[in-house]
Amino acid sequence: MSANSWTIAAARDALRKGEISAVDLTMSCLTAIDAGDALNAFVHKTPEIALEQARAADARLKGGEAPAMCGIPLGIKDLFCTKGVPSQAASNILKGFKPEYESTVTSKLFEAGAVMLGKLNMDEFAMGSSNETSCYGNAVNPWQRKGSNVQLTPGGSSGGSASAVAADLCLAATGTDTGGSIRQPAAFTGIVGIKPTYGRVSRWGIVAFASSLDQAGPMTKSVRDAAIMLQAMAGHDPKDSTSADIPVPDFEAALTGDIRGKVIGIPKEYRMDGMPSEIEALWTRGIEMIRDAGAEVRDISLPHTRCALPAYYVIAPAEASSNLARYDGVRYGHRAKLSQGDGITEMYEKTRADGFGPEVQRRIMVGTYVLSAGFYDAYYNRARKVRALIKRDFETVFADGVDAILTPATPSAAFGLGEMADADPVQMYLNDVFTVTVNLAGLPGISVPVGLDAQGLPLGLQLIGRPWDEAELLNYAHVLESRAGFVAKAEKWW
Amino acid sequence: MAIDIDTARKVAKLARIRVEEADLPKLAGQLSGILGFMEQLNEVDVTGVEPMTSVTPMRLKRRADVVTDGNIQAQVLKNAPDAREGFFAVPKVVE
Repeated sequence: MSANSWTIAAARDALRKGEISAVDLTMSCLTAIDAGDALNAFVHKTPEIALEQARAADARLKGGEAPAMCGIPLGIKDLFCTKGVPSQAASNILKGFKPEYESTVTSKLFEAGAVMLGKLNMDEFAMGSSNETSCYGNAVNPWQRKGSNVQLTPGGSSGGSASAVAADLCLAATGTDTGGSIRQPAAFTGIVGIKPTYGRVSRWGIVAFASSLDQAGPMTKSVRDAAIMLQAMAGHDPKDSTSADIPVPDFEAALTGDIRGKVIGIPKEYRMDGMPSEIEALWTRGIEMIRDAGAEVRDISLPHTRCALPAYYVIAPAEASSNLARYDGVRYGHRAKLSQGDGITEMYEKTRADGFGPEVQRRIMVGTYVLSAGFYDAYYNRARKVRALIKRDFETVFADGVDAILTPATPSAAFGLGEMADADPVQMYLNDVFTVTVNLAGLPGISVPVGLDAQGLPLGLQLIGRPWDEAELLNYAHVLESRAGFVAKAEKWW
Repeated sequence: MAIDIDTARKVAKLARIRVEEADLPKLAGQLSGILGFMEQLNEVDVTGVEPMTSVTPMRLKRRADVVTDGNIQAQVLKNAPDAREGFFAVPKVVE
């Protein structure tokens, strides 16, 4: 098995024992990346930086005392600002932008010795569920339906991250999740993705979409890897006033495999009309696995689930319309060509029309509308009230003794690229139905690959935890992962 | 609530995004569809509920009001589409 397909845990142990060098490990990923161009996952390759970081990691490993992430080659979502390296959020409006600073998450990963292989494809400004809104063209899912060569979406918005990890172009990747953008692509590609509690990971230096919902997290080949990488990403940051100043526990040490006596809730509202029977069957199997492991399974109700999507699609665009106001052609990125006599307003309007893709424009305008005088109360304030009720639903079940909640991760397996091209924008939003509640309530959620559907595509289940309880959540996920024994890999066609 | 063409034009103006007249009907239709989807929120009883203002109840940290950064003019201007004499340059704003 070539080194690029290793887990972080396996690579860490091999690096520490001197069985492989960080340079060789990095080379094996760089080779895989160059052979994987058909996946369109890496959109800015940084081999020079990678090899320099790998050499530094080797020196550190020789000295002993190297952190777990030392020498681990990663892909970085294009949403993270990386110093001197294009950071475009997959948007033409940030074309040519090379930040003069490093995001807190990538700084922490680099301080821990991690290696950056390049920047990964995504939906423009993280707005999308299929990677098709990217200015680079879509990333492609390494998985295909049995006996078919139809190209499938890796999901979104962290689709490039998911594709790269699933295709073994890197050992792991960073992702961000505003409404499901880590968990849905993880489920579509048979990998693990965790969205931590809001405030666990600093948002500083990550291009903002919806500030009260955005959270970064790892996308990995195993739950153990998610624990190791989250450890390096998490922690208080004075530069993000919403990052929590509370201790970060040892996540890997929490993977005991013992969940006896714990209570796992099964929310009846997640049993949606028209849900494919395979998703239903997968969920039932997951419930059995949890029960077999000695946990108590309890039926619960989260009555406001149905309102989560409409509330999300008011709040997220409202915040986005404010956050994206900064792209005006003045300080960075693209400025439109102006005609004789154009003033500053024409510059703004032409720049934003040129630079933003259709979905981003739509969301900015929806946000502008729901925040405008006369509609603020009817839409935005009402959505924030509904959000309070959604959060209260979770608080109630946790207060009643539920330790975590098990649900499907997505309403379907990966769909074909272009299949939704003629659909109403709202149809695409339905992808987030099981994941948005978690962002609205600020909770941690993890997607774990559990099985394959009849067409041979991966399906995932989601576990939702109590706030700040990623350690326990990872342990439940670890149990689900061990019992599911998901080992399938995409058959190589690229 | 249906968005008419005038409202779509107004929203595009507020958002500072140029939309051609010919594209306004399609935009109005899409915005109406999205806002129609949001109408579901009206079915929820929100009497007496306070709007959620922070995800995690916490008091924002404070720090001394002192300069902690600066003297990085070149870095600030580095990515500007047009910078001259140490400033961002834009089309004429005042006649």
